[in-house]
Amino acid sequence: MKKGTDWRYRVSNREAVMGTVLAILNFIWWYAFAYGLGGRPIKEYTYILGFPAWFFYSCMMGFVVFTILVWIMVKFFFKEVPFDLDETNEDGEGDVR
Amino acid sequence: MNWDVILPLAFFLISVFLVGIYTSRHIKSGPSFLQDYFLAGRELGGFVLAMTMVATYGSASSFIGGPGAAYQLGLGWVLLAMAQLVTGYFTLAVLGKKFAIVARKINAVTLIDFLKARYESKWVVILSALSIVVFLFSAMAAQWVGGGRLIESFTGVSYTTALFIFSGSVLVYVIAGGFRAVVITDAIQGVVMVIGTVIILAGTILAGGGIENIMGELRAENPNLITPYGSDQSLTPLYVSSFWILVGVGVVGLPQISVRAMSYRNAKAMHRAMIIGTFVVGFIMLGMHLAGVFGRVVLPGIEVPDKVMPLLALEVLPGWLAGIVLAAPLAAVMSTVDSVLLLVSSAIIKDVYINYIKPDAEEQFVKKLSFGITAVVGLSVFAMAINPPDLLIWLNLFAFGGLEAAFIWPIVLGLYWKRGNANGAIASLIVGVGSYMFLHLNYPNLWGMHTVVLPIVLSLIAYIVGSFTKGVRPHTNTF
Repeated sequence: MKKGTDWRYRVSNREAVMGTVLAILNFIWWYAFAYGLGGRPIKEYTYILGFPAWFFYSCMMGFVVFTILVWIMVKFFFKEVPFDLDETNEDGEGDVR
Repeated sequence: MNWDVILPLAFFLISVFLVGIYTSRHIKSGPSFLQDYFLAGRELGGFVLAMTMVATYGSASSFIGGPGAAYQLGLGWVLLAMAQLVTGYFTLAVLGKKFAIVARKINAVTLIDFLKARYESKWVVILSALSIVVFLFSAMAAQWVGGGRLIESFTGVSYTTALFIFSGSVLVYVIAGGFRAVVITDAIQGVVMVIGTVIILAGTILAGGGIENIMGELRAENPNLITPYGSDQSLTPLYVSSFWILVGVGVVGLPQISVRAMSYRNAKAMHRAMIIGTFVVGFIMLGMHLAGVFGRVVLPGIEVPDKVMPLLALEVLPGWLAGIVLAAPLAAVMSTVDSVLLLVSSAIIKDVYINYIKPDAEEQFVKKLSFGITAVVGLSVFAMAINPPDLLIWLNLFAFGGLEAAFIWPIVLGLYWKRGNANGAIASLIVGVGSYMFLHLNYPNLWGMHTVVLPIVLSLIAYIVGSFTKGVRPHTNTF
């Protein structure tokens, strides 16, 4: 019974990897700014819009940048696939239980 | 009593109630009843999907406990809260279209339907159903208590009356309307949460004389408040980072969240939901927790963290605006309990009753049973909540971590690792829940990380080891 896997799964697998990579980048951004800039002595802190720089970059810019990256990822790299095509398209392609 | 505050709150409760009731008229009879009642016929669009995921996830701790902790610990706690940004896109990206497609192929209505089809094991189903019912029941009771307390503290009515108002309104629309009522009201509640965040943040910044001034005063009071380490320097980088698992990526393992990943209409809805969800969850977490920190300057000396938000809202805002802000935590609680209530009842009806007790139950009877069990579960939570246990946030986290450790690998690896089998899943469930409970009780935050980290690692090992024993592999290529 095992023929080729549903082609849509390959799309999905790729997207799952992209989502995971984005989450890892998100963590690195968050960690590096927070503890890189925030780990300095308080006397050396710089401020942006009133916020300590570490907080501004890690939390506020992190929020903005990753919302935009999610938008880019979804818009340009995620593919639209149909969800209900079992009967029409895949007859005889092995997708039968 | 402060009528300025009560009127917007009452208006909110009544609107949610009416909308919930209205949507229940769409419930279909016939063979699609279960799909419709527990999954709204897989018709969610992007906005509603995003809102129901955020609102189900965001609970009393996002609006009451979290900002209270931020008030005490400073910007370090906001940093910790921002680990939640990832929940906006990660769950949908990782479970992805594959989960939605598989769910359609096997006609899954619940998370356990998926596990059942994937592992073909009675024990996986029984253990999963058991942990969902036990853990989510207790989480629900904690949230229910939170809802009652909130109404009590805003309006001055007695706790029992408050609880009655709260559970009454939630129960009626969940029972009558099922999943569709839950997600539509979630969307409204999500919007209220966003609006509440905007208002309280703006009000607090104005009352504190601008951000620069607030930061200056925080720094003068205790410089640690503006570092990532917390006012008492208790927030180590490792500890804070471990919250990326508890309230970040681990959320994939929460059944009330993952079941939503099988409820959307099409790929477009999923794409939109990821963008909207990321924005909304980031905005709410950043805004509410910042307001908590800023509140320290506006209203110093509050001893009980849970009182920070309510007192702050009443201090910096005119009554009617405070009413809108205070509707936000109520919305968060309602949107969590309604989803969890439905999930618990679906576990009992679909996963246990129809699977094992009476597979050929008649449509009409299943329908009555669905309404009935949902009502019984709801009423028993209500009864439990009358005499409530304390420490809302921790009770909530206990259920949280246990479920994450139990389900994350059986779901994710079940989806992406062909070799994974029933032995692996059973081992993962037992080790996940068992080690979480053991560590939580005996060695909380072992090695400076949140308790959830080790059980998730252990359940991964259990899953892999278990799957290398001889067991049934899926003999279709549905997965």
